[in-house]
Formats: sequence, structure tokens, C-alpha cells
Amino acid sequence: MQLLFLLEQVVNGLVLGGYYLLIALGLSLIFSVGGVVNLAHGAFYALGAYLSIAVAKHLGFGAGVVISPIAVALLGILFERFILRRFYTADPILSLLVTFGLALVTEQLIRIIWGASPLPASMPSALKGSVVLGDFLFSRYRLLLLAVAALVLVGIWLLLNKTSFGRVVRAGIQRPDMVAALGIRLQPYMTVIVMLGVGMAALGGALFAPIALVHPAMGAEIIAVAFVVVVIGGLGSFWGVVLAALLVGVVRGITIHFLPAAGEASMFVLMFLVLLLRPRGLLGERIEKFE
Amino acid sequence: MSKDNKDVSSTRAIAGRRRVLKAGAGMAGALALGFPAIVRSQAGPIKIGHLTPLTGFLGALGGWAQLGIKMAAEEINASGGINGRQIDLISEDSVNPATAATKAQRMYERDKVDVLMGEINSASAKTIMQVAERNQRLFMSIGPRSDALRGANCNRYTFHVDIPVTVMVNAEGQGLLREGLIKGKRIYALTSDYLFGHDLAKAAKKFVTANGGTVIGDELIATSATDFSPYLLKIRQAKPDLIATNLGGNQVTNFVKQYAEFGLPYPVAGFNLNTADAWAAGAGNLGGIWPTVWHHEIDTPGTKAFVAAFRKKYGKTPENHAWIEYVSLKVMAQAMTATKSTDTSKLIAYFESEAKFDLLKPRMGYFRSWDHQMMQEAYTFTVRKPGTYKEAWDFLQFSAAIPAADQPLELLAPTKAENPCTFK
Repeated sequence: MQLLFLLEQVVNGLVLGGYYLLIALGLSLIFSVGGVVNLAHGAFYALGAYLSIAVAKHLGFGAGVVISPIAVALLGILFERFILRRFYTADPILSLLVTFGLALVTEQLIRIIWGASPLPASMPSALKGSVVLGDFLFSRYRLLLLAVAALVLVGIWLLLNKTSFGRVVRAGIQRPDMVAALGIRLQPYMTVIVMLGVGMAALGGALFAPIALVHPAMGAEIIAVAFVVVVIGGLGSFWGVVLAALLVGVVRGITIHFLPAAGEASMFVLMFLVLLLRPRGLLGERIEKFE
Repeated sequence: MSKDNKDVSSTRAIAGRRRVLKAGAGMAGALALGFPAIVRSQAGPIKIGHLTPLTGFLGALGGWAQLGIKMAAEEINASGGINGRQIDLISEDSVNPATAATKAQRMYERDKVDVLMGEINSASAKTIMQVAERNQRLFMSIGPRSDALRGANCNRYTFHVDIPVTVMVNAEGQGLLREGLIKGKRIYALTSDYLFGHDLAKAAKKFVTANGGTVIGDELIATSATDFSPYLLKIRQAKPDLIATNLGGNQVTNFVKQYAEFGLPYPVAGFNLNTADAWAAGAGNLGGIWPTVWHHEIDTPGTKAFVAAFRKKYGKTPENHAWIEYVSLKVMAQAMTATKSTDTSKLIAYFESEAKFDLLKPRMGYFRSWDHQMMQEAYTFTVRKPGTYKEAWDFLQFSAAIPAADQPLELLAPTKAENPCTFK
């Protein structure tokens, strides 16, 4: 029986990992291609949640979840074109500062527009409740969330591995100088990557709004987790991020099963161990430009 | 080629991965810790230092607290101030217990405040209380509810306005006993892992065992937790008769939302809930019985006037933290007016005389002289059925006051035998 309970936690951890993935994957892509750790990533996540609530008020829950990430992705274009682009070649400290500053500005903007107190958000009652599969209990809503995350994952994988767009991006991650020598500008590709990345973060925010607190500092909460996932997975590695997101979810579930008070600390311990044993991250590749 | 200089492809100029990671981790950490908000203060001679968390898991409540105390200060100043002196309110984010202590010391020493007020976080209040005692200056602890602050950690320079954990547990417990949810029942507890939660869990456990219930599980949950699904699975495995939550701040809302998401069949009761937590959970997510210290539907002229003025000024209905900060500054103003002074020992003597204060509730409150905690009415509330209320604010149905009008206010508070408070 004990083992079954543990297994239930593992499966639940995988579901949670799927959600972490939505946010971490974009962060990893933007870093891999542009060399910028986007500390404003959490801000786009928060914007996604707030916009989805604003849209849902008029057009319903489904419209909110669809429209909000698209709107944030469009904002991402402006973000890349007018801010991020100036910092690809600059000292990384500068891009950290500017994205960090943007995170603060966005958080305060949210306070000014929507107020400091958390916004209420509910899901349609049809999605409430749980399903029991075998001996396992799943929240119906989280299964949907997992399906969306899986769809996004497949989409991004196909884009990176089966299209000419993806070939250029992958080449750009490994050998930007060669890409340049072949006469290909990476800039437009970067715009698309940033757009996709922040769009995914916003989707994560919109999907999580009905089950967690929607408040101005929610972006700061998630950026720490996303960063941990990216570091554990290894920079530049698609499957590394996937593996790390699932692992963080599972380790948290198992820790809570045995030692509930240590649940939130578990992911940082995991990151610590991974960095000790394999500083490059689980599946991190050797990337010339970062060495 | 000149065009290419600005291109992404020149990222070779970038410094090592290690450096980016290190800096990134530091910044992400700083981001997670939160940033102090800078708050405008007014000019005037009576300086009131105000500390409350504006970031972190109690930050949402702190936002309400600031609105309340600012409104009180403006009202007092508009009517001529205290003893002809205007109030200068210096309000800052207390961030965490360590920062709270540093800021408290700075406010006493450099800003030369006459008194310190505020706080919601019990752990931060504990450190500020130590600073107040060291400086032999007054601190009015407004929102913290931990029993330990009024008990083992009490000192003669601190006064406590909010109802303590024991009162919440007793008020809530009476409600649960009436519903037959304690005697002979198996109770599973979720506890916030900091001073307040520990205190609450201790008091709740004592009440449950004294009334014939069994606590079959008690999980400590970090204050930063946003996902409760692993705990919900453990609850389902334990199949309790009642889930009792000893959570604080954002945790309550997150738990309530996710409990509704999973749709587990066990009844939920909480020993702590603030109106803001309930509002943030959204309609249809909340159920169960909860304790509270004040509610905007309380039928007194004072509450009606306060709610109307607050709505006019801020365009929303006040939450209980806005109320308590508002009345606390009024209480302080009353003491300063009566003693014609801002002197610490005179104010302490006035409060210890058990002078009565209007808390906008049917009965007046007073600070109990030997442990400095406010004696006042408490309430419980349940959730109204959808369709029976008009405004989103109004989905809570609150009960008659506890203790009842013919019972002493001290009824629910710990007795002298139970409370180890002595002043040095």
C-alpha cells in the first residue's frame, strides 16, 4: 500500500513537472540562442495570468487561455526588438540587469493596473473534480494542463527538428559564427524564439490562474523554479529541460511524502547535487560560445 | 559586415557560462525574496513608524493594512491632528523578520519615531518586539496572531490588537462542535511552517483532543508553497473525517482553490482565514467554517461609516486588515489625546488602565493589563449559496458575535494559568 501511495506521488509529480516545463522551456530556448538569461520571464507569466482573467470576464475561460498567450507573445516581439536585441553582444551582467529591471517594472505596473490584492479566478465547473484511474487520483483540470503542455512540447520539438527554421536555430545555438559565415542573420529567428518563449510562459500563467493565487509577485515566484529547472537540465538541451522539469516535480512529490516540511527545499537540494556532480547539467551540451 | 556586428551571431563575445549562471542565480534569488516598496509619507510632528509585509506570502494582506492606516492618519490630520500636532506616517515593507528588526531599529534611532505600529507576520513581530524592548519604546503589534507573542515572548513595551490564535481556535472550535465535526472524529491538519502556524497547530490540537477528536496527521507546509497537490493526495490516502487548516496568507487561497479543483469529499475547516484570502479564492471555491475578527457587514454605525468612507476613497470594500489598522491608529490617537503626550511610559499606563476603545463592533475593546492583548468580539462565518448574494464581496455569511453579549469578553482568551506572560 505504501508503495502505491508513493507511486501516486511520482505520477502527480510528473503532471506538475509538465507545468514547470511550459515556463522553463522558453527560458532555456532564449538563453540557448541569445545567450540572455531572461529574468523578465516570470513577468510574462504573471501578465499571462492577469490578461487571461481580464479576457475571461468578457469572453469566457477558453478565450482567456487562448487570447492571453497570443497577446503576450506579440508583446514579446516588442520586447525582443526594442530591448533584448541591444544586449546579445553586451556583457551578460547588463542583460541580467535590464531583464531584472523589466521584471520589477512589470510587477509594479500590474500593481498599478490591477491592484495589490490578489485577483479571484475560477475554472468552469465542468473542469472541476478528479478522475480515478486504477488506484490513482488525478485532478481533471491538471490532466488537461498536462495534455496542453505535451502538445506544446511536441510542437516545439517538431519546429526545432523538422523544419528549416529549426535547423538554423539549432545551428545558431552551436556555431553562430558559421551561421553568419553562411550569410544567415539570426536576428529574425531570435524574434520568433522570444515570441514563442514568452508566449509559453503566458500560457503557463493563464492555465495556472484558476488553481493558484494570482498576485503581482507571482512572476518572481515562478522564475526561481524555472531557473532551477534550466540549470538542472543543462543549458541548450531540449530534452534536458524536459527531464529536469519532470524530475523536479517527482522529487518534490516524493519529499513531501516522507518529509513534508522539506517539500519546497527539495528542488534546490537537487540543483545543488547536480551542479556538484555534473556542473553542465544533466544533458547539457558543450556549447562553444559559453565556454 | 558592419550590420553583422549587432547580430546575434556575435554572441561569442559573451562571458563564460559559469559567470552568467552565477549572476543569474543571484538575481533570481533576489527576485524571489522580493523588493521593498517605497511609500510616500506626510510631513507632521508626531512620527508614527509603520512596518508591514508588502511582498511575500503576506504581501497582499499588507497592501490592505497600508490602505487602512493611511486613511486613519488622513482623517485624524484633517480634523486637526492629535493635541494640535499632525501625524507623520512612515510606512515601509518589513520584508522578513531580519529586515523588520533592522528597519525597526532605524525608525526608532534615525527617523526618531514616537511609536512603532504594524506587522502581520508573527515572526517579524517577534523580532520587532525585541527591538522595542531594547530601546524601551512602544510597539503596537496590529495583525500578528501568534499566542507566543502574548505569552512566553511578551514584554511590557508591546501591545497586541488582533485576536490571538487561541481565540480563533476556540471560536472556530465552538462552531465545529455544534456541527458534530470533532467528537470521535479523525482530523487531518495542514500547518504553515512558521511561528504563527506552529502556534495555531498547537492550540488546535489541544482543542481537538480535549473535545474527543483524534489528530491523525499534521503536515508542515513551507510558506512559499504554491502547489498543494501532493498534500491533497496524502489527505485522500488518510481518509479523514475533517481537514483542519492552520495555514496563513497566500497559502489559504492556494489550498482552497486546489481543494475545489480536486473535489475531495471531506469537510474543510480552517482555524485562520482573512477575508482577502477568501475573496481571492473566487466564488464557488470556498466552503466550510472559518473564524474572523471583523466583517464589513457588522451592524454598527461605526462600521457602516468606515465601510462607506473606505469605498468612497479606494473604490472597494475594506478587508479585515484595513479595518484593524484603521482602528489601531485611532486607538493610539485616543491614548495620545487622553495623556496629552507621546511618552512611552504614559501611554503604557493609559493602555494598562484598561481604557475602552471603539473597535466599530457592538462591544468596546480594551487591552488586558497583565498581558497587553486586546479583548474583543470574534465571529465565525460560513459560505453563502450562489445566487443568495449580489456583490462578489458578500459571499461570506458571518455569525453572531462570540462571546455572546452577556458573556465576559475574556471568555475565549487564555487564562492567567494558561498564559505564561510576565513583564520584567
